[in-house]
Amino acid sequence: MTAIAVRRPALRRPDVSLRALRVWQRNRDVYLRLWKSELVWPLVEPLVTLFALGVGLGGLVDLGSGQSYIEFIAPGLLAVWPMWSASAECGWGSFFRMENQRTYDAIVATPVSIEDVITGEILWGATRALISSTYILVVISAWGLVDSPLAVLVLPLAVLPGVMFASISLSYTSVAWSISSLNYFFAVFITPMFWLGGVFFPLERLPEWAQRVAWWLPATHAVDVYRGLTSGNLEWSHLGDVAWILVAGVIFYNIAVLSMRRRLVK
Amino acid sequence: MSEIIRARDLVKRYGTFTAVDGISFSMRPGECFGFLGPNGAGKTTTIRMITCVSPVTAGELTVAGMDVRREPRRIKAILGVVPQENNLDPDLSVRQNLRVYGRYFDLPPRVVEERIDESLALFQLSDRQNDRIASLSSGMRRRLTIARGLINAPKILVLDEPTTGLDPQARHLVWQKLRYLRSQGVTMPITTHYMEEAAHLCDRIVIMHQGKIIAEGTPLELVERFVGRQVVEVHVGEGERGPLLDRLAAAEGLTAEEVEDIIYVYVRAENGFDAAALKLDAAKVVYRQANLEDVFLRLTGRGLQE
Repeated sequence: MTAIAVRRPALRRPDVSLRALRVWQRNRDVYLRLWKSELVWPLVEPLVTLFALGVGLGGLVDLGSGQSYIEFIAPGLLAVWPMWSASAECGWGSFFRMENQRTYDAIVATPVSIEDVITGEILWGATRALISSTYILVVISAWGLVDSPLAVLVLPLAVLPGVMFASISLSYTSVAWSISSLNYFFAVFITPMFWLGGVFFPLERLPEWAQRVAWWLPATHAVDVYRGLTSGNLEWSHLGDVAWILVAGVIFYNIAVLSMRRRLVK
Repeated sequence: MSEIIRARDLVKRYGTFTAVDGISFSMRPGECFGFLGPNGAGKTTTIRMITCVSPVTAGELTVAGMDVRREPRRIKAILGVVPQENNLDPDLSVRQNLRVYGRYFDLPPRVVEERIDESLALFQLSDRQNDRIASLSSGMRRRLTIARGLINAPKILVLDEPTTGLDPQARHLVWQKLRYLRSQGVTMPITTHYMEEAAHLCDRIVIMHQGKIIAEGTPLELVERFVGRQVVEVHVGEGERGPLLDRLAAAEGLTAEEVEDIIYVYVRAENGFDAAALKLDAAKVVYRQANLEDVFLRLTGRGLQE
């Protein structure tokens, strides 16, 4: 009798195909059906924040560099709102699809693999980030807060942090046991990055140790690059930021795939 | 091909727990093949291995000649799956649900649209095609889930408890559709708790218990083999039970089983039960046809399976 070698699923190579796009299309179709309610939050919140912090608080702030406060925070917001969009989509959105709607179960019964599902989810999260980036870029350009035509490059580039944040978020979702346990991720990780990632004040204001911690936060690098692009002051260090985002994206994409497979393939 | 699904010594373990313990079976094309058993018997696990969503621990499992380990995508392309829980997309309309599902199979949009029209008509959902899922009754959702499973014109339609939770009208409508599909040559592995459903739909049945197959055959064969033709339920007081059981044990062609306050007597031969000869008061005796439920309870025990 010949023994049949059974490979452990955890060691199997990820089985990703173009069918991931079918999952992306599914999410797009749902988004287009619900677009009104989906859009309210991302449309209103940036305007309110720019007005409150940029115009209101900004009047009291002198950065000493001649730059107005609203000009300072605009590129930062351009980086962190898409972070929120991608993270929320692959956090609450994905968890809800996976556990409450059992959408993943329905999809993997077809020739779409679980790896395709995860890839499609991340691509959709990145798309949400891109939609959000486009909107905010239009708003801050119209507001006259963009100094360089290089800012247009934010759009193709936005996919990279989009994939990274979607992958990080889905990695956490893959070990979340309930929808409320996602609060830990958003409270302890995403919200601090929003406030401390160099959006609202220059990181040099923080003590040395905090600056070193900030280097490890993904948002910091996205904020850096976007500042360079919107102001037109590009430096070699920005390439380092892009590389950081790329590497983190690849690492967390793989973590999301492996960890989700561990959770779902039983 | 004489067998479309074939399992040999199939095993599924979760850690130290063995959910499926070395089962073998084979399904012929066009057959409706029932997996019966109490909760936890391993039915759904078996189905999940057939549909390539749960990895096989050991043994052999092929679908249309393909190994589930090696060719899950090709197998899933010829399968339709109707899961136990409805997992329709609640945010999409009836028609969109089918369209989105068709895309997962990479089917050309024109083919999908044609099939959707046919399916909606067959399952009596045409006038609800633009409605939201939330507005459908549970029977309609079930029909839609079956329609969705048929979008790729599958050779095999896998049904996991297709009528659980439906009212009798809705259940009969689903049965009618499934009988139609069977007449169209679709192979249907099906799990169910409902013996009536199994007797109604299945050409052959396996009864599973604690991960093993403990009986196999057509519904009629199983009833004849394990129960006989007739069941007599005798309601007698505690004092009379002992002597009656002795008399029954001495009688030819009868098997008796005492369950709480009822004695079930399984009768092999036609007119094989003579109440007068057993000195029984006719008012305490209920005669009925033996059915699959008797087989099921005899083989898997009457204890609560939780």
